[in-house]
Amino acid sequence: MKQRSYFVTTAMFFGYAFLYVPIAVLVIYSFNDSSIPTVWNGFSLRWYSALFENEQIINAALLSLKIALISATLATFLGTLAGLALTQTNTFKGRLLFTGLIAAPLVMPEVITGLSLLLVFISSEQLIGWPDSRGTLTIIIAHITFSMAFVAIIIQSRLATLDKSLIEAATDLGAHPFRVTLDITLPLIAPAMLAAWLLAFTLSLDDLVIASFVSGPGSSTLPMVIFSKVRLGVTPDVNALATIIITIVGLGVVISGWVMYRQEQRTIRRVQQP
Amino acid sequence: MGSGLLYGVKRVSTPKVPTSERLWQLFVIYLPYLWLLLFFLVPFLIIFKISFSDPVIGQPPFTPLFDSSESSFIHVTLDNYRFLFEDNLYWLSYLKSAKIAAISTFWCLLIGYPMAYGIARAKPVQRNILLMLVILPFWTSFLLRVYAWMGMLSTHGLINTALLASGLIEQPLKMLYSDTAVYLGIIYSYLPFMILPLYASLERLDNSMREAASDLGASPYRVFTDVTLPLSLPGVIAGCLLVFIPAMGEYVIPALLGGLDSLMIGRQLFNEFYSNRDWPVATAVATILLIILLVPIMLLQRYQIAQEDGP
Repeated sequence: MKQRSYFVTTAMFFGYAFLYVPIAVLVIYSFNDSSIPTVWNGFSLRWYSALFENEQIINAALLSLKIALISATLATFLGTLAGLALTQTNTFKGRLLFTGLIAAPLVMPEVITGLSLLLVFISSEQLIGWPDSRGTLTIIIAHITFSMAFVAIIIQSRLATLDKSLIEAATDLGAHPFRVTLDITLPLIAPAMLAAWLLAFTLSLDDLVIASFVSGPGSSTLPMVIFSKVRLGVTPDVNALATIIITIVGLGVVISGWVMYRQEQRTIRRVQQP
Repeated sequence: MGSGLLYGVKRVSTPKVPTSERLWQLFVIYLPYLWLLLFFLVPFLIIFKISFSDPVIGQPPFTPLFDSSESSFIHVTLDNYRFLFEDNLYWLSYLKSAKIAAISTFWCLLIGYPMAYGIARAKPVQRNILLMLVILPFWTSFLLRVYAWMGMLSTHGLINTALLASGLIEQPLKMLYSDTAVYLGIIYSYLPFMILPLYASLERLDNSMREAASDLGASPYRVFTDVTLPLSLPGVIAGCLLVFIPAMGEYVIPALLGGLDSLMIGRQLFNEFYSNRDWPVATAVATILLIILLVPIMLLQRYQIAQEDGP
């Protein structure tokens, strides 16, 4: 490997500092014993205890987790089917539109997706009386819609690089496509499905704009509660909440990264020693 | 894409497909298809429809486009679009959003390119860690990352405290609730979207070409401008579009970091919808935003396909 130039090294140093200093400051000030959130006044855990006594935040967090669990699972199911469909060469009616529909939610501005979903819920309520109110169910439907696109892309790219000899062998031996998918394809793409589920879960937990549009009275997700708190300014209990979320996510990413790295190393070793 | 042998092999030799196989295939394709049609395509058609209807006071606050009770079957008005064209506010908002998105994209490229380059040139073990460090903030909450900047930029925040302590300024600067804060927020939030496609194209880059150019006497600068940069252009374009498109419609960042006069169109749309409750105008705003973004979105799809089909 060639030595990196000083310019690149400096740029990387400042780049990573730019990415991490705000997060570090956020975490440090969550331990601040002061109600003015930006003036340091000694170490304290008071904002953490305040957080656990705040019923509004606890309820919102539980609702967000519930929505994320359900929507990530269903999005993984639908997105995997979409990924399988996209990798078939057999052209089917409307394939081009299907490809477009998969790719569009990835880049669509959230305000447009949110507004359009709200309007479809209102219109269908007018027409067929369903959904009779907006809330958890409509947020779940909205989250499935945009995260299944991410799932489909992940599954599709995994399928594209898959060793197809097993699938071909099974097909040649006359296995039903359903059996081939269930017994061979799905186990092969299981790690990608897990990664896709995690992404869908995170996207759902993180979404503010779309949920704000399609939610109804009484169902405020965690980002909605945080947003209404912080639009008035910095509040230290949000720092505490952020620290908890960042710790959980950070640990999750580091552990899954480590597991994937180990798996990769094992594969490399296996390839090297036949 | 060469991956179609998934089910197809058997079928080439036996043209008659058993019904159960056909059913399974229909299920795989049309269940997600139907979902996306219902909850992605139909919603857009409804937006389009409402943007041509009159606002009324009521629930929902627009006149139906298809009303059987009226003599004319379809009731269409262009008033909402006329209103958008006549009111400077909207024009200025679109322009300002485009300007903020474009300048932020440029800064992301400026910061992201050397970073992606450095990651791509790092040793494999280092590379994994460096990449993970780019992706990590992306997995943590977007909202909380924007919030982190509220703390950094406030009157008693880290930047003002540091500047005051160093004696560079005597009065704290007003940075929060300004356009500068919006720029910082967008650059910060979307930087990973720039670095990842750049890294993907730089990592694939064939080193022998750079070495050949260098052996033939090209200066490092020439190697970069004549070999590295042109070869990484698909990544540059994909990265720029991935930042520009969502930044253009951004709502959260201007709402939290921008001043009251930060006229970004995403925020304007939100206000039109919730504060003014003028849904037809809000949908017209959305329709025009979508039309503006149509070209970048189609470009992005072309470049993503080109990247996938690459070596």
